[in-house]
Amino acid sequence: MKQDTKKPFDVIIIGGGATGAGTARDCSRRGLNVLLVERFDIATGATGRNHGLLHSGARYAVTDKESAEECIKENMILRKIASHCVEETDGLFLTLPEDDINYQSKFVDACLQARIRAEVIDPKEALRLEPAANPSIIGAVRVPDGAVDPFRLTSSNIMDAKEHGATILTYHEVLEFLREQNRIIGIKVLNHRTKEIQEYYAPVVVNAGGIWGHNLAKLAGVNINMLPAKGALLIFGHRVNNIVLNRCRKPADADILVPGDTICLIGTTSSKVPFEEIDNMQVTPEEVDLLLREGEKLSPLLAQTRILRAYAGVRPLVASDNDPSGRSVSRGIVLLDHAVRDGLEGFVTITGGKLMTYRLMAEWTTDLVCKKLNVNVKCDTAEEKLPGSREEESEITKKIISIPKTQRNATIGRHGDRAERLANNTSLDNSLVCECEEVSVGEVKYALNELDVHNLVDLRRRTRVGMGTCQGELCACRAAGLMTSMHKYCTRRAKEDLASFLNERWKGMAPIAWGDTLRESEYTTWVYESICGLTLSQKQEE
Amino acid sequence: MNLQEHNISDNNFEQCIKCTVCTVYCPVAAVNPAFPGPKQAGPDGERLRLKKNNFYDETLKYCLNCKRCEVACPSNVKIGDIIQSARIKYSEKKPKLRDFMLANTDLVGSLSTPFAPVVNAVLGLKPTKAVLDGVLKIDHRRTFPKYAFGTFESWYKKEAKKQASFPRQVSYFHGCYVNYNNPQLGKDLVKVMNALGIGVQLLKKEKCCGVALISNGFINQAKKQAEININSIRESVNQNNLPVIATSSTCTFTIRDEYPHLLGIDNADVRDQVELSTRYIYRLLMQEDIKLKFNGKKIKVAYHTPCHMEKLGWAYYSIELLKLIPNVELTVLDSQCCGIAGTYGFKKENYKTSQDIGESLFRQIEACDIDYVVTDCETCKWQIEMSTSKSCEHPISILAKALE
Repeated sequence: MKQDTKKPFDVIIIGGGATGAGTARDCSRRGLNVLLVERFDIATGATGRNHGLLHSGARYAVTDKESAEECIKENMILRKIASHCVEETDGLFLTLPEDDINYQSKFVDACLQARIRAEVIDPKEALRLEPAANPSIIGAVRVPDGAVDPFRLTSSNIMDAKEHGATILTYHEVLEFLREQNRIIGIKVLNHRTKEIQEYYAPVVVNAGGIWGHNLAKLAGVNINMLPAKGALLIFGHRVNNIVLNRCRKPADADILVPGDTICLIGTTSSKVPFEEIDNMQVTPEEVDLLLREGEKLSPLLAQTRILRAYAGVRPLVASDNDPSGRSVSRGIVLLDHAVRDGLEGFVTITGGKLMTYRLMAEWTTDLVCKKLNVNVKCDTAEEKLPGSREEESEITKKIISIPKTQRNATIGRHGDRAERLANNTSLDNSLVCECEEVSVGEVKYALNELDVHNLVDLRRRTRVGMGTCQGELCACRAAGLMTSMHKYCTRRAKEDLASFLNERWKGMAPIAWGDTLRESEYTTWVYESICGLTLSQKQEE
Repeated sequence: MNLQEHNISDNNFEQCIKCTVCTVYCPVAAVNPAFPGPKQAGPDGERLRLKKNNFYDETLKYCLNCKRCEVACPSNVKIGDIIQSARIKYSEKKPKLRDFMLANTDLVGSLSTPFAPVVNAVLGLKPTKAVLDGVLKIDHRRTFPKYAFGTFESWYKKEAKKQASFPRQVSYFHGCYVNYNNPQLGKDLVKVMNALGIGVQLLKKEKCCGVALISNGFINQAKKQAEININSIRESVNQNNLPVIATSSTCTFTIRDEYPHLLGIDNADVRDQVELSTRYIYRLLMQEDIKLKFNGKKIKVAYHTPCHMEKLGWAYYSIELLKLIPNVELTVLDSQCCGIAGTYGFKKENYKTSQDIGESLFRQIEACDIDYVVTDCETCKWQIEMSTSKSCEHPISILAKALE
């Protein structure tokens, strides 16, 4: 499939995280001809490696009012435009006996100043609302925190962009920038799947590469001093809490416990890491200890709950000083017009910020792109709902009523109104691929047909296949089989993909491999290696 | 690191490693595709229900609570308990009049026994069955257990004095079935115990163990009755020093395990003192120098292991006790569910599932050359007698017949 490389795009966006996807959506909705390129799959960087917390902004209220205000505004917008990605759980800021209770009033004042609802409630009432909270709390404040699914959010933005004419190329890595004197005019990319090299042109190129944007800028010949700050998290096997739990103190390590879909997450740590490590984050035993030790203070139940995985993301912070922890750096949005900053025309970098403000970052970026292109169309992304969030759950339920109940609820949770694509499911389509997360054959087919899935990990991001307690034990081979039967790849590649998927799952389990998690992974190994004869330790021989 | 060292979670479903052997052993999943199977309905479903209670699926009612999944589970997950607890916690379906009648064995029994000959005759009539089927959804193909004319308790009153004369005593939890339907089994137990030199006492107050109330969704009433029973058992065990024996495997199982697991009733202080009559007698014969005198008549029997016997792990005692009878020819049938599961099989919507489950057991029984099928469970007895040409007796009754 050769692209017509002569025809230029209006804008090229590099990076398939939330910011890149949001920018692609915004640009395409304003009538621009958009190309988005991503080195791997969507949401593989920091977007897919955080809490999935729908920040109310309360966490930043005391230390960073600007961020707090941005958060609460975007929080309210996301509830409206991305309702199928958001769970309105509310959040509690808990004061433990070891914390200073005086911080509470300072915290509440700061929240109210930033227009964040913050209601001091009796600790007993807090425990009634959230029985999993530490019973020894001496104070509690209720705020409009929530949970947001970053995969769904990104995917939904991509979907909307595509429906407005955008071209999305995943597994395309930028090799170099094409220049004309002091102007970037396009990019040369390597298609990792076909190994082809391709050139694409556009008058504006947006660097939305997150922490990888540092090296992209370098490639373009400009310097942005970014600070990679690693944040590790633990995923627990099921939901312990149904309300986000925070510590009411200055932001510190492991003080947020978020219920996200079927699981809950504790995080994060914060440590500076060298750039060489950002592609291969490993969670250390010290980080696991810290997360558990602190997490247990929010909810003692965590000490007895099975841990599924550990993982780490890299915050794309733009360094403003030499703070080694990377915490006192503003989480503010950084939009750089390199024409003004460095005299390099046609190149824009959007970085800093956070998942919560991805839409605002996209809006600012698109405003700048439009200005450069002399396009005068207003942004509508704060009002127009994302695909999946356009219908009420009850309406969608009616459309797919023939699907068994648990499956139906799960699939509506993941795809919102797009679950209507499963309305014509046959009974075979209703059989399960992933039993833990109730992902059906029909849902996998939909993802394979419509959601740019090239391998099992991509499929996992779209459907939660392999994200349940079995971590691929039962579903991975079924999914690989379906992908083969739908001609996504051949049998040999299916085996390679299966092995690499299972190894990717193991990578997340290794740091917490004890108890039932270890037992289950041993069982998985036994099933795949001993029964099925799959070679997990190295790639299949050519 | 001292964290997570004693990782014993109340959320026992986390121990599931998805081996799915429970679903392989589930008698319902094998015949009724509407039932998601124990793994899906139990540990997997529980995780989803913790996310949001709208993941509760009414198809969980197809679980017949046989606990064979728990016996099969290598990870010790309380699968059956998880399913039953979910039904108790989440089900929004209100029990129907039919469920009330099936569940209230005590009430219906005490109303029926005084008019037993009439009730039995009427229940056997086609028009009655048609009404029960059409109005109450109790399947017309189902045969009802006959009510006795006069209860076991009323018979016992005349016996009480004699029983008190024995130097050694046990308490007997007779259950509704012995009381209203088959007082003969109670009389047989008294005969056997007396032959061992032991007198039989009744509990101060005995209510239906509540198993039918639990499975039909009458949890509060089940709790009330359980409290009464446990208090009576406590008085017997702790004050009078008398262990409690029962002839019904399901009553025994319910009192020992379902009370704490499903009803939240702590029975730890007396649980070990509640056991099945066959186990009590077998262990007595093994440990003490007591001999039973047998008449030596030839008898051919086949033992059927009820699901709750399998769960208790006590089928061994009934089988070994039967082997002690001289001239007995004993076949042990494959351990499988007969399909009735108490009141489950009476319901119109479950009739087919119930009979499909039992099908292979019935075939095996028909192929045996025997005088009786023997089993410790009364509802298995009804199912086997209705679905095969053989009659079915309790091991205690067989033992009583074999005594001199």
